Amino acid sequence: MTPAPPTLGKDLVGLEFLSADQIRLILDTAEPFKEVSERQIKKVPALRGKTIVNLFFEASTRTRISFEFAEKRLSADTVNVAASGSSVSKGETLVDTAKNLEAMRIDMVVMRHGASGAAQFLGDRIRSNVINAGDGKHEHPTQGLLDMLTIRDHHGTLEGVKVCLVGDILHSRVARSNLWGLTKLGAQVAVCGPRPLLPRGIEDFGVTVFSRIEAAIEWADVLNVLRLQLERMEGGFIPSLREYFRVFGVTMDRLERAPRPLTIMHPGPMNRGVEIESRVADGPHSVILDQVTNGVAVRMAVLYLLAGGRPELADAAKSGPSE
Amino acid sequence: MTRASEKQTLLDARALARALQRMAVEITELAHGTDGLVLVGIQRRGVELAERLAGIIEREEGARVPRGALDITLYRDDLEVVGPRPVIGETRLPEDLTGKHVFIVDDVLYTGRTVRAALDELADFGRPKRISLCVLIDRGGRELPIQADIVGKQAKVGAKEFVEVLIAELDGKDEVNLVSRR
Amino acid sequence: MSRPILLKGGRVIDPSRNADAVADVLIEDGKVTAVGSGIGGPDESIVRDVSGLVVAPGLVDVHVHVREPGNEDEETVATAARAAVAGGFTAVCAMPNTDPVTDNQAAVGFIVRQSVRAGLARVYPIGAISVGQRGEQLAEMGEMVGAGAVAVSDDGKPVVSGHLMRTALEYARTFDIPVADHCEEPTLAAGGAMHEGLVSARLGLKGIPAAAEEIMVARDILLAELSGGHVHLCHMSTRGSVDLIRRGKERGIRVTAEVTPHHLSLDHTACEHYNTNAKMNPPLREQPDIEALRQGLREGVIDCIASDHAPHAYDEKEAAFDHAPFGIIGLETAFAVAHTTLVLGGALSLGELISRMSTIPAKVFHLPGGSLRPGASADVCVLDVTTPWTVDPARFHSKSRNTPYGGRTFTGRAVLTIAGGRVVHEGEAAAAR
Repeated sequence: MTPAPPTLGKDLVGLEFLSADQIRLILDTAEPFKEVSERQIKKVPALRGKTIVNLFFEASTRTRISFEFAEKRLSADTVNVAASGSSVSKGETLVDTAKNLEAMRIDMVVMRHGASGAAQFLGDRIRSNVINAGDGKHEHPTQGLLDMLTIRDHHGTLEGVKVCLVGDILHSRVARSNLWGLTKLGAQVAVCGPRPLLPRGIEDFGVTVFSRIEAAIEWADVLNVLRLQLERMEGGFIPSLREYFRVFGVTMDRLERAPRPLTIMHPGPMNRGVEIESRVADGPHSVILDQVTNGVAVRMAVLYLLAGGRPELADAAKSGPSE
Repeated sequence: MTRASEKQTLLDARALARALQRMAVEITELAHGTDGLVLVGIQRRGVELAERLAGIIEREEGARVPRGALDITLYRDDLEVVGPRPVIGETRLPEDLTGKHVFIVDDVLYTGRTVRAALDELADFGRPKRISLCVLIDRGGRELPIQADIVGKQAKVGAKEFVEVLIAELDGKDEVNLVSRR
Repeated sequence: MSRPILLKGGRVIDPSRNADAVADVLIEDGKVTAVGSGIGGPDESIVRDVSGLVVAPGLVDVHVHVREPGNEDEETVATAARAAVAGGFTAVCAMPNTDPVTDNQAAVGFIVRQSVRAGLARVYPIGAISVGQRGEQLAEMGEMVGAGAVAVSDDGKPVVSGHLMRTALEYARTFDIPVADHCEEPTLAAGGAMHEGLVSARLGLKGIPAAAEEIMVARDILLAELSGGHVHLCHMSTRGSVDLIRRGKERGIRVTAEVTPHHLSLDHTACEHYNTNAKMNPPLREQPDIEALRQGLREGVIDCIASDHAPHAYDEKEAAFDHAPFGIIGLETAFAVAHTTLVLGGALSLGELISRMSTIPAKVFHLPGGSLRPGASADVCVLDVTTPWTVDPARFHSKSRNTPYGGRTFTGRAVLTIAGGRVVHEGEAAAAR
C-alpha cells in the first residue's frame, strides 16, 4: 500500500519547519506547472472560482507579478492591495486587516510585510490560506523553493551540492529560507559576506563561513548572490558600496580563477556593479532568468497544493476512481 | 486483517493482445488511414496503451503515428473534494492539434468525467478536426453523455467492483481483472 | 478603627529578626503588637487560624509601572494597589514614566493621594531623574522627595549622559535616596526586539546584545564610586552584569541591584512563535544568564526581586513582534514564580526568598516594612506554599492581561494580606477558614 502523500497544512509561512518530503512535494509539483507556462493558452482551471488577495505592505514588483501570473494561470480571481508603508506600519492595522479579509471570505492571502512573524500572525488569525511572500527578515519561502528548483534543474539533485550565499545574510529573508530548505535536502551550505552582515552564531546552523569571496568561489558549485541594500551603508555596517564591490563583488576575473564552472544565481533585483558584475549576470553561468521562470511554476505549485481539497468530503466522493 | 478480494480475469495477456490488434485496425479505419492521426493517452495507463496501439499501426501501415500524453488532474471537476492533492503527471503533446484527428486513449471508461476533463484540456491546445475516444474496457455507469467510438471489451461491473488493468511496462504483466471490494 | 486581628498557628518567618518558627501574631491599631506562642488577643479580636500557612512581612516591590496618569485604561494606582495585595505585596514603588512624566512635586503628591484613596498597598512614588525623562536637565529632586518620592529613576529609558548620571548620584546624596537606572546602551540596543542570539537569528528579529546592558552597568558602578552616591540597577538580566556588580560590591561601592521573576525563570526560547508576551526590556536571555542571576541572588550580589510590572492593553500586544510594546505584568504571579523556581528548585530557602522580596527591598529603598517586630506597621502577608494553583489571567485584579504565565501551574500564593492592620486581600481558600 502506498503511504499517504505529504500535505502542507493551511499556510506556507516558511521552510524552517517543513519536512524534506514536503519540500520535495512542492518541487516535484512545480514540474508540470512549468509545462503549463509553455503552452499557447497558459491557463488551467484548477483554482477556478478561488479568490486570492495579494496583500503587499512592502513595495515589490517582481514577486507580486510572479504571484499574480501564477494565480491567473490557475484561473483564480485576484485582487492586489498595496498598503503604503506609513499608514499600515503598526501591528494594529494587521489585526484589523485580518478581520476584514475573513469577513470578505477570501480563500487565500499572499502577503509581504515588513515585520518578521507577520505571516504567522495572520495565518493564526484567519481561516484563509496564508502564503508568506516575505516577512521582515524572517523568511521568503517561495524564493527559497524556486532557488532550490533551479539548482536541481542544473545539477540534477540537491544532495551534496555546495551552495554559497553571498552578501547581507543578517538582514536577508531569502538567505534564511535558502538555508533551511537546502540543508533539509542535503545540500552543503556556506555563507560569505562582511562580518557585520553575518548573524552571530551562524556556524551553529551547520553552515561554513567564508570571510573572503575568493575562498567561497574556490569551494562552491553554486553562488546565490544577494542584493546589498543602500541602507546597510547608511546603517554603518559597511563603509561604502564601492568597497563592497572591490572586496566581495562576484566578478568575471574572480570566477575565471574558479576550479570548476559555477552556477550563478540572484534573487533580483540586481545592483549591477555592487554585488555582481554585469558580465557575470549576463554571462553563460548565470541562471538568473531561469529563477524567474521557475518562480511562477513554484508559486503555482504552492497555490495548488495549499488550496487543497477538504478531506472530509473526500470520503463522500470516494466510490471508486472516477473514470 | 483484511479479507482477500475476489478476482475474476476478464482478459489474459493473449486476449489483451488480440483486443489491441483489433482496436488498432478500427482506429485506422475510423481515421481513414494515418494522415493527420494523433493518439493521445490519458495518464497513466492510457499513455502506455496509446504507445502500443501506435506501434501496431506503424507496423501495419508503415507510417509514423505521433502520440502524446495528457494529464487531466488540473481539469478534474472534483479537485475540491478529493483530499490531499493528487500528484500531477506529465503532459506532452507531439504537435499542434489543429486540423488533426485526435484519438483519446484510456484504459477504462466509467463515469465519463475523465474524458470530459480531457476534452476541456485539449481545447486549450488547439482545435482538432475531430476527436474520437478509444478505450480498452467500457464498464458502463456513465454520469455524462459520453460514448467510446472504439472499445476493446464491454464489461458488466457492479458498484462494489472495480476493473484492474495491469500493463507489462508498468505492472510487469498484461492482464485485466474484475475485482470485488469487500 | 479596625478590630484587632490574631493570626494563630502559622509559621512566622521574619527575616528582620532571623525568626522562623510557629507562632501567633497579634495586630492592634495598625501595628504588630506581639509575636509568640499562645498569645491571646482582646475579646473583640478577629481570630484567624493560619496553621499550615506562612506568616511573613508584607512583600515589597520596588519596581512597578502604574500607568496613571496617562494610560488609565491599562492600570491605575488603585488597580495596581489591588493587584499588589493580591500578590502579597503591601508596598510598591511606582516608576515615573507616566504621561505626563512624574517629574515635579505636584505629580508626586498626586500619586501619594491616589494611594491613600485606594487604601490598599502603599504606593510610593519614584520621581524622574530628568525633566520629562528627556535626559537633559535634573528634575527637582528635593521638592519631589518632600512630596513623598522615595527614589529617582528615568526607567523606561537609560540615562545616556554620563555627566547627568554622575550629577544625579551626587545630588541624591543630599536626600539619601537611590538613583535607579535602566541599563541599556542605546546605539547597541536600537531597534532590537529580543536577546541577540540563535533564536533572534532564526526568527529574523534584531537582537539586543548582553553587552548593551553590561556597558551601562559598568559605567554606573564607576559613577557610583566617583560620586559616593547610591546607584540601584534595575532588572538585571546577564551573567556579565552579575560579575560586574559582584566586583563593585567587593570594592565597597554603593551599588544595589534587582532581578525580575521572569528573568529568573524564562529564557529567549520563550519568544519562539513570536510570542509577544515574552517581549520585554531587558529581554529574556540564555540559560547561563539565568543560572548566574540565581547564584547572584543567593549570594546577595543581586539584592532583591522586583516585578517590573508593566501593564499593556490587550490589543497593543496583539501585533507583529517588532511592533508590540515591551513589558509584562507580574504583581500577581511574582511570588508564585519565584517560590516555584527558586525555593522548590533548591536555589533558596523560603526564608531567604521572603527576605529578598520583603525585608531587603524595604531596606534598599529606606522604606518602612519588611519586618514583624512588635511596634512595626502591621503589613503582613499570609502565604500558602503547598497548594498548587493555575494562573488564570482573566481573574487578575490588574486591568491588564499581558503575562506569559497564563495556564501554568505554580505553588506559592498570598491567601491573606493585611496592610496597616486592615485586611486588604483574601483568597477564596482563606475566606473559608
